[in-house]
Amino acid sequence: MALFDKFAPLLKHYADVNAAGHNPFKVNIEQVLSPTEAMVNGRETLLVGTNNYLGLTFEPECIEAAIDALRREGTGTTGSRVANGSYEQHRRLEEELADFFGRKSAMVFSTGHHANLGLLSTLAGPHDHLVIDADSHASIYDGCKLSSAQVTRFKHNNPADLDKRLGRLASLPGEKIVVLEGIYSMLGDRAPLKEMVAICKRHGAYVVVDEAHSLGVLGRHGRGLCEEAEVEDQVDFIVGTFSKSLGAVGGFIVSNHPEFDVLRVACRTYKFTASLPPSVMASVRAALGVMRKKPELRLRLKANSKLLYDGMVALGFQVGPEVSPVVAVHLPNLEMGVRFWNMLLESGVYVNLAPPQATPNGVTLLRCSVCAAHTKEQLVRILDVFQAIGTELGLLQAPARRVAAQ
Amino acid sequence: MSVTDDEILPAVIAALEEATQHKVPVTPATVLRQDLNLDSLAEMDLIMALEDRFDVSISINHLPEIDTVAELAAMIAKMKKG
Ligand SMILES: Cc1ncc(COP(=O)(O)O)c(C=O)c1O
Repeated sequence: MALFDKFAPLLKHYADVNAAGHNPFKVNIEQVLSPTEAMVNGRETLLVGTNNYLGLTFEPECIEAAIDALRREGTGTTGSRVANGSYEQHRRLEEELADFFGRKSAMVFSTGHHANLGLLSTLAGPHDHLVIDADSHASIYDGCKLSSAQVTRFKHNNPADLDKRLGRLASLPGEKIVVLEGIYSMLGDRAPLKEMVAICKRHGAYVVVDEAHSLGVLGRHGRGLCEEAEVEDQVDFIVGTFSKSLGAVGGFIVSNHPEFDVLRVACRTYKFTASLPPSVMASVRAALGVMRKKPELRLRLKANSKLLYDGMVALGFQVGPEVSPVVAVHLPNLEMGVRFWNMLLESGVYVNLAPPQATPNGVTLLRCSVCAAHTKEQLVRILDVFQAIGTELGLLQAPARRVAAQ
Repeated sequence: MSVTDDEILPAVIAALEEATQHKVPVTPATVLRQDLNLDSLAEMDLIMALEDRFDVSISINHLPEIDTVAELAAMIAKMKKG
């Protein structure tokens, strides 16, 4: 077997997806115009698949802070903090994150993926147990794989199943570390956190919560599902990313654990990769400030999410189980998904196509992510386009009901 | 739920036959990934079902070490002993 032969099934899958026109996994964004618009295939396109929940990518304060940092501190750090030292921006960003979350310590990584990879693979030793939700993000699975720990999955968002599996591990040596997510990225559903955290504590397990999709989205101050579910004091580690609501790139962990700082010398994804450029950290710090100053962004996101979710339901589409900024429209199969996705793009609407391999229970999803910066007119247009295509493809009853968006 | 060692292999075979809807014959020498065409997610879901069937914990990090049905049964037997 030749080196690249193993990729034949994968290539075939991509070829099938390609056959319907544009390739959903190779979209060329010719020019981004705003948090909600871009030029794609020479056409002005409405962006509804960006995870840019608060719409901060063009926030003047963030841009100015980044430019200022670029001028003063240059384009990059050219190495890891262990080798090249920590800049003022690293220290300030970590202080501000710790302050925002009300925790003793914060540690910044180059991506959220690296934060999960580093935390899980370092924290859990060979005799420890990582206990993860079956629908966990790839970075959590990768962290488990890189660790030498025992790894147990429990049924998605199922407290009784978590309880049962922790019970089975009770007689085995080693610490138990349970990993949960705030909002799950594919269906937009949230963990029943209060109940699950109580179960973890009853079994003496540590709790990690990944707030990638819930930071800036949930909680009265935007601290995520832990804040909203009032369990912050019982959650040992919160992981997050700067790549979604904060509109930049990078990842972090916050914790109150007194020995947390040892991870700076133990964690390979912290030690052996270049740290974030000063300009990125400056924009993240500004975005944190904007998020704190403007709670109305979160309220607008909430209202927009409800409008799109309720609108899809009224049209007759099957969506995820609850209102969330991730509105996951279910389609009967991948072929229909690819066709629908292409027709959306031709109509100037960009969403994410999630193929069965990437989704819980192998469903095909048109995954929309709502932005606080979406106007009501844009959201109504999205619904109109979904209605027209859904009707044309025979997925909706014709004549479909008018969108109740007023 | 309590099973003895020599009951494990037939029970694993029965569980696999059920999971694959009796489309392929399952023997101790059957190679999970190749003969049963299980992808990594299906394999992990199968492990979850077997954990419940035998009331054990089987780390998914051990999966790369397991090729055949017999090896899977041996692993479960080992886990049951603790
Ligand atoms: C739940 C979850 N964790 C972590 C990540 C990784 O974040 P990043 O884009 O910063 O690597 C993502 C984003 O894809 C995610 O959805």
